[in-house]
Amino acid sequence: MISQVINNKVFTLLKVQYSNMLEYRVEIALWAISGIIPFFMLNIWTNNNLSESISISNIMLSRYFLCAFFVRQFSVVWVVFSFEEDSLMGKISPYLIQPLNPFFRYLAQHIAEQITRFPFAIIIALFFFIFNPDSIWIPKMSTLLLSIVSTFLSFLIQFLIQSIIACFCFWTEKASSIERLLFIPTLFLSGLLAPVVTFPEYVKAWIYFTPFPYLIDFPANLLSGNETNVSRGFIMQILWIALLWPIFKKIWSEGTKKYTAMGS
Amino acid sequence: MNLSKYIKVYTKFLHTSLASELEYKTNILIDLLTAILSLIGSIFLLSIFFQNNSSIGGWEFEQALIIQGIYTILNGITNTWFNPNLSEIVKHIREGTLDFVLLKPIDSQFFISLKKINPSGILEIILGFFLLFYCMKINQIILSFNLLSLSLITIFCSVCILYSLWFFISTTTIWFVKTWNATEVLRSFLYIGRFPLNSFSFSLQIFFSVFIPIAFITTFPSEVFLGISESWKILLEFFVAIVFLFTSRKFWLFALKFYTSASS
Repeated sequence: MISQVINNKVFTLLKVQYSNMLEYRVEIALWAISGIIPFFMLNIWTNNNLSESISISNIMLSRYFLCAFFVRQFSVVWVVFSFEEDSLMGKISPYLIQPLNPFFRYLAQHIAEQITRFPFAIIIALFFFIFNPDSIWIPKMSTLLLSIVSTFLSFLIQFLIQSIIACFCFWTEKASSIERLLFIPTLFLSGLLAPVVTFPEYVKAWIYFTPFPYLIDFPANLLSGNETNVSRGFIMQILWIALLWPIFKKIWSEGTKKYTAMGS
Repeated sequence: MNLSKYIKVYTKFLHTSLASELEYKTNILIDLLTAILSLIGSIFLLSIFFQNNSSIGGWEFEQALIIQGIYTILNGITNTWFNPNLSEIVKHIREGTLDFVLLKPIDSQFFISLKKINPSGILEIILGFFLLFYCMKINQIILSFNLLSLSLITIFCSVCILYSLWFFISTTTIWFVKTWNATEVLRSFLYIGRFPLNSFSFSLQIFFSVFIPIAFITTFPSEVFLGISESWKILLEFFVAIVFLFTSRKFWLFALKFYTSASS
């Protein structure tokens, strides 16, 4: 009975958000295009023979960057911006009355958006293969499944981090600047612009304890078939989720007590 | 057109938007921290590139830092003026409040391009100049009057091109209403401005100079600053800037014919 209710809720939420997202196909396509920075980085790497001194061939590097593009596409999170707007406008109030944490609504929004984005990402990948025919490969079914799981875990980590930041809206009203601050280490340390293995030793010594390499570098290495420590990757991803979840619950319950229903 | 009126109006703009932005003082601090971190991040990325190769696209590390400096200045200008105003334009058009702008006895492009200012970007501009001064020291550039004026002229041209690009995209809001994601695409392409143009493959170099003139925005002024630019490049940049400014102006006037004043 309970599971049926939950099932219904999940299904309805996803359906509503998916039809919502289908309205904005052009935007989502544009958004997908805006994620092609890894390809430009790849161009710098291969064009200057930078991969000679690291033990990754150009083909593996191009697969890595393609996978980084994919992982990024399916782990983009913008909940803090939606939440900030909704809370400034007082739109949160009706959501709070409902017997459902509003963050599930945002979560459904993100997942629906990813489904909408999927075909565009595939089209961009096809173009990538047209320009780089050498790098075509078919990942094994098991690695594909594992990397989908790890991409989803990476998405969850980022979603939790951003939700925690979003809860700061209850105190400061403008939380998106904190998110922009946190985006900088995510951009440079996650492996989106350069694989983590190429980082200098003094960074590699501590970076694997932070959540950043598990956001893009780990799933991308997994999918592209580059060398990576699979068990450590999954353990760290799950550890970070286990760490962030109680923080989110705590800050959410504290924050809702502070809520002043602005704009209404 | 009387200049004194426009200057007077602009000081009023400055006053009102500064007053409203300074309400969020911590935000300004966080934004400054973001700017510093993102500069450190991109220098870190550059150092990864250069640890494998002593020159990239014919640029040494010390010379590539100049590009970072100019990019930081231009990014600061974007954050100070273009970004906050662009989101206003989108709002004006979506809510139909552009009517009030058009009714005012002042040029509409002037009004919507300069209404708002974000003070935290100014700190980023200062940061960029500091980096340039440092580059002058390590590259042993002797600042003559000629070099200074040429550099300032080319940077000014870059600002004009950048402004035209932003304004061009915001103008398309009149037809598409939501252009937020189009600016994301532009933003991610502009990111390429952090690297020397020669470090990309030939086809991308063409793409970045003909379709999206990112080459003109950072690489050309940096070459001028280094004293290795040829005069035709400076003339070309000047010419491109004028063409862009002129086209964006014409495009705005053309687009206004299609403005239908939503929700009024």
